[in-house]
Formats: sequence, C-alpha cells, structure tokens
Amino acid sequence: MKVLYFAWLRERLNRPSDEVSLPPEVVTLADLVTWLRTRDEVLDHAMENPAIFKLSRDARIVPWDTPIDGAREIAILPPMTGG
Amino acid sequence: MIRVTTDSFDPGAEAKAFQAVHTEAGAMVSFTGIVRSRPDDPISALILECYPELAENELSAIRDQAITRFSLIDAAIIHRHGRLIPGQTIMMVLTLAPHRQAAFDGAQFLMDYLKTGAPFWKQEETAAGLRWVDARPEDDDARARWAR
Repeated sequence: MKVLYFAWLRERLNRPSDEVSLPPEVVTLADLVTWLRTRDEVLDHAMENPAIFKLSRDARIVPWDTPIDGAREIAILPPMTGG
Repeated sequence: MIRVTTDSFDPGAEAKAFQAVHTEAGAMVSFTGIVRSRPDDPISALILECYPELAENELSAIRDQAITRFSLIDAAIIHRHGRLIPGQTIMMVLTLAPHRQAAFDGAQFLMDYLKTGAPFWKQEETAAGLRWVDARPEDDDARARWAR
C-alpha cells in the first residue's frame, strides 16, 4: 500500500511517498498514522499536532477512524491553502 | 464542470461558454482568483502543489452540494496548479441560477469550501527563497458559517 505526503510534510520527510506492508494491528487510518509515527522520528515531529491534518483513502477525504482494509493509497494532507 | 489543470485559461471565454448552454438562467456569478504580489512584500511567483485525483473528487463533491443546496442550474470550478506569476489567474468559480441571490450564495459557498477543503498548497517564491503559505483561521471561519 502506498502512503502519500504533500506540501511541507513531503518536504520535511524528503520524499513524496512510502510503500508499506501493514501489520495486522493497523485497522484504521488513525492506526496507520500512529504506526508510521513510531517508525519515523521526522514524521513523528512533523505530526506533533495531528488535528491539523486530513487523511484521504483512495483519493477521498475520510474520517480518521475509517477502516484501512483494502485501501490502495492513503494520503496525509497538511492544512490546505487553495482558492 | 470541474477542471484541475496546469494550463492557463481565459476567464472571459470560460464564462461566456458556460453561460451560453443554459438559456433558462437569469443570473450568472463568476469569481476569479488572481496571483497577488503585495508592494510591501513582493513575490516573484506562486507555486501550487496539488493532489489532482483527490482535487477532482473533492471539487466534484463540493459542486454537487452547491447545486443541490442553492438549486443552481449549473456550477463550474477551474483550478490551476504549478508555477504562476503575479497577475495570472489561479482559479475560477461559476454559478448559474434563475435569480441572483442563489448565484451569489452558491459562488460564495464554493469559494469558502474549496479554500480549506480542496487539496492545493500554495508556496510563495520571494527574493529570500520559497515559503509555504499558512492556512488562515478566517478561511476555516468562512467555511464554518455554511455548516448546518
């Protein structure tokens, strides 16, 4: 499964994405974030204030407690500044 | 119509084409967002990062909501990404309705939603280098007033 990072988060991590194989304890998108943060100190610091981020599952913004099962692509989205 | 693109577009031509297909409309509102360089804090360019697939999905959903909520005849959003220079058009929202109030409200709703709900991130190019544009709390407030 692919995890995408955008904007300043991508810049801080110095990569646009990760390819990950999920352990069985990762059930929801929130679990994924927790798991990714334990594996990566830079991501952990960058997401110190997790409430500001939105998450998408297969190119749809979804709540953090959405099940991850069968997802192809998850994205972690810093606050958006379009328009 | 939703278009997420790196290409420039002509707002006048877009508005004309959008209006032309709907003779039952009595009101059209068009909003155009433009790259701005302030004299006291100039920028040489605005670079918009985008997640195109998500942008198309989210903008389509917002457009559908606006059409339903304000009984619009039609609505369109065009949003660019990539490197733009001051004076260039970033995005455009168009609404068509039988009467003006729905057209105004629909356009305002679309703008307030897409500011914080569509996956675009602005970065300013200045003499000192690149800097990310911070999300503005007032944009969240503008969106919140449509919650119901």
